Amino acid sequence: MAHQVSVFAENKPGRIEKIARILAQEGVNIRAITISSANGFGVVKILADQPQKAFELLREHGLPAYLQEVIAVVLEDVPGGLHRVARILAENGINIEDAYGFVIEKGKTAVLVIQVENEPHAQSILERNGFVLLSDEEIYRL
Amino acid sequence: MCYKRGKDREEVQELYWEKDVETLPREELYELQKQRLQRTVQNAMRTPFYRRLFAREGINPEKIRTPEDLRHIPFTTKEDLRQGFPFDFLAVPLEEVVRLHSSSGTTGTPTVVYHTKDDLDRWTNQVARCLYMVGVRKNDIFQNMMSYGLFTGGLGMHYGAERIGALTIPIGAGNSKRQIWFLKHFKSTVIHIIPSYALLLSTIIRGEGLDPRRDFNLRIILLGAEPHSEETRRRIEDIYGAKAYNSYGLSEMNGPGGAFECLYQDGMHIWEDYYIVEIVNPDTLEPCPPGEPGEIVLTTIFRDATPILRYRTRDVAALIDEPCSCGRTHRRITRIQGRTDDMFIFRGVNIFPMQIEKVLMTIPEVGTNYRIVLERKEYEDTMRVEVEIKPEFFFGDLQKLERLQERIADELRAEILVTPEVVLVEPGSLPTQEGKAQRVFDLRRL
Repeated sequence: MAHQVSVFAENKPGRIEKIARILAQEGVNIRAITISSANGFGVVKILADQPQKAFELLREHGLPAYLQEVIAVVLEDVPGGLHRVARILAENGINIEDAYGFVIEKGKTAVLVIQVENEPHAQSILERNGFVLLSDEEIYRL
Repeated sequence: MCYKRGKDREEVQELYWEKDVETLPREELYELQKQRLQRTVQNAMRTPFYRRLFAREGINPEKIRTPEDLRHIPFTTKEDLRQGFPFDFLAVPLEEVVRLHSSSGTTGTPTVVYHTKDDLDRWTNQVARCLYMVGVRKNDIFQNMMSYGLFTGGLGMHYGAERIGALTIPIGAGNSKRQIWFLKHFKSTVIHIIPSYALLLSTIIRGEGLDPRRDFNLRIILLGAEPHSEETRRRIEDIYGAKAYNSYGLSEMNGPGGAFECLYQDGMHIWEDYYIVEIVNPDTLEPCPPGEPGEIVLTTIFRDATPILRYRTRDVAALIDEPCSCGRTHRRITRIQGRTDDMFIFRGVNIFPMQIEKVLMTIPEVGTNYRIVLERKEYEDTMRVEVEIKPEFFFGDLQKLERLQERIADELRAEILVTPEVVLVEPGSLPTQEGKAQRVFDLRRL
């Protein structure tokens, strides 16, 4: 299982800068980041090489942060790569609540991070279908 | 199509509704106040509140004979009225009461004022006097854009206008399209409106392709329920092409009709045969000399059901002692310049920050620090409530936060009757102050 850190941020200049600065100062490397915003605020989701440390650092700086499990699936960086994962999940009635991805090696490997309601269930289905899921340590070594 | 009726010439030339009383020489007015005060104090002895108060303070009611003697009586506050709910201020048998009005229940219990048939009759007369003073006559068509109901602004003005004989349209507050429809088709000549709404409504009127000066037949605008500046009045007059008059009233003192401008638009006459007015320094509670702003303190001297002695209104104004060119001998007060508590008025609704705080504190997801920002954007007033979210209630979920935002707005609306914009902010991002925190930032230029 991988972990993701979510941070509450107001929708105003300097918020991402602050988060990035806090993590950079302590040598935390960000693998992927997404921002979704609503009415005047947003939630920043970060996949970092040291999620526990990132979480604690952000909390120490007074930011509302949350550490949660997510599924990081290894995909082939080719057309249809995402479709294979999505189809398995759809066939098993699993709803994707949030997702984002990033490429590790162009044309070869990508990672899809997904949030679903019942993670252990989704995890076992993906593993049974031959997908490789990454742990925090594996993300760290990427 | 125009429904405007013909002018009654004789009436238009007459300036006063009740010439004798309105122009009563000061010495005679003083005598009248004395008589009515004595009667009021006797009457107050029938209320549990004042009986207890006089006994506790060792005041002999017989000794309160002149307006100067009032200073021996402690002030009555809104909190007293609240604690006296429901009947501690009632001086007549309940069967004599024909109506009650109530101010918004700010911290739970509302304040209630009862009226006998005579009380209502006098109040109606008081309002008629004000309306007549600014030129409202029986040939006028009066569109009353204030809320009807427990709020005194609607019904109070309604009966005064009817007494004059004006065609009175009880349209009530809000529903701008319908207001415009009436203004256009009935050619209303007089409106009673909250100043901030007058500004907002003008943008809606223009949005409908209408010009208030060309398409309506307005000649008098009665502004009430909200303090405003001279600049705002001039702007409203300019937009609508009509004269706008300021008024002052509070439900504890009947409501509209307490004080009103005359044609000279230079301060509001306070009817001294209905009230004894004092202006006191809010810190020392000593009287302020004329011209110096202080808190308005009022005593009812012409009301039976609910006598109130030395009521601290929390409104700040100065007394104008000089005679007025209109010939009325009743003194004037300046525009309301502020409050001695932290109440603010938003879209005509009286709001205490404590009401907002009370709601926020029942919501576990929000922190203790908050800020209320009032702004005027174009012609519309906005209220923004900024609340800090608590880190332990953050679960990384955007939708949950949106629902929280909606929930806070809903709960606030239930309490303060208007919907603010709720802004979620990071903990610790709101400025904190030593001592009494400043919660309200009123950036409106009234």
